[in-house]
Amino acid sequence: MNIDSIKNGIVIDHITAGKAMEIYKFLGLENLECSVAIIKNAPSKKLGKKDIIKIDSDFDVDIDILAYIDPDATVNIIKNGELFEKRKLKLPEIIKNVIKCKNPRCITTTEQELPHIFKLTNKQNRIYRCIYCESKAK
Amino acid sequence: MRSVINILDLSVEELQKLIDTANNIIENPKKYAHICDGKKLATLFFEPSTRTRLSFEAAMYELGGNVLSMSDAGSSSASKGESVADTAKVISCYADIIAMRHPKEGAPLVAAMNADIPVINAGDGGHNHPTQTLADLLTIYREKGRFDNLTVGFCGDLKFGRTVHSLIEALSRYNGIKFVLISPEELKLPSYVKKDIIQNNNFEYVQTTDLESVMSELDILYMTRVQRERFFNEADYLRLKDSYILTPEKLNNAKKDLSILHPLPRVNEISIAIDKDERACYFKQVLYGKYMRMALILMLLEVL
Repeated sequence: MNIDSIKNGIVIDHITAGKAMEIYKFLGLENLECSVAIIKNAPSKKLGKKDIIKIDSDFDVDIDILAYIDPDATVNIIKNGELFEKRKLKLPEIIKNVIKCKNPRCITTTEQELPHIFKLTNKQNRIYRCIYCESKAK
Repeated sequence: MRSVINILDLSVEELQKLIDTANNIIENPKKYAHICDGKKLATLFFEPSTRTRLSFEAAMYELGGNVLSMSDAGSSSASKGESVADTAKVISCYADIIAMRHPKEGAPLVAAMNADIPVINAGDGGHNHPTQTLADLLTIYREKGRFDNLTVGFCGDLKFGRTVHSLIEALSRYNGIKFVLISPEELKLPSYVKKDIIQNNNFEYVQTTDLESVMSELDILYMTRVQRERFFNEADYLRLKDSYILTPEKLNNAKKDLSILHPLPRVNEISIAIDKDERACYFKQVLYGKYMRMALILMLLEVL
């Protein structure tokens, strides 16, 4: 399967197979007017199979959201048809308005305009907790 | 300017400073009688809790300060739809410090993020209640003279009992604590508290359903009420509420210097006959709560 290589843009590589659509949604890629290619279940030496997203424009990827969803993904910035920069992801300390607190007793359930903020409390097990009620992110 | 939302907002050194201040207030109340002259505490209680509110108000009056009280949340701005953030901003214009109780978890943190004055969490749903933990800690300190090398039993509702979780968290910063967790199966300590706090810090612990079998080991027995408001199901509440009732007979094997604590109010989980026992500390605990609130107000208002 061939997808045209991009001139200036971003390739999100090594996405855990099956997570591309989730990333597409969380990064708001449906709002872009440029070409966006989603490759699912591409063969990978490291992972067996992987997903890839190619974005054909200079798009400011929210690295924190991406790292939260799939910390093993890599971000390649392409300029003039060549790899300009390869970014490794790091779990963000804080994520804001990416996920919602599901605890019915949390203040965020009654105060609709409050930002939903989660804090990384256990790096090893990737546990995020709501800063208000300390419930675990699900 | 800082607030206290969780007991862990206070370092071990700050806790010791609060205990020293509270002990000093107990010994020299006159010295503190006018230290907060002209200062105002706003007690914002969005759910009923007469005793905690009165404790805060008594604390402020004994420091010479005044109190602005919103006693009935039903008649407050919240019932008109005002946000916690806006309430905090408005009250910042009137008072010097806020004590807030709210049924929603995290509401006092939202207030602290928006107020220009210190906020003390006076209980947010089933989440945190740091000033109760301060009362518990002063009681333990005055009874035992230390926080390390103690065997501490927690009995009753360990699942929903926020005072239990907070006290376990607070004690986990000291050495040589052995936790004895006594509860019915349905009300066991949540695994995240057990795992994150007790097991990850390598504390010795015992989990049992039988209070009498562990009684002789305990230095502290922290009793709790099985609270109706924490249950979604009335039948579960009725089935479990009488699970653990402390009677004089159950204390037969207890140490002579055991300290019995309870955050109160009690329903029937401690027999009235125990009130006369020297080991009953729960009414002293109420008094110590007031002194710790006084110490905390002084610390946050930076008047010491």
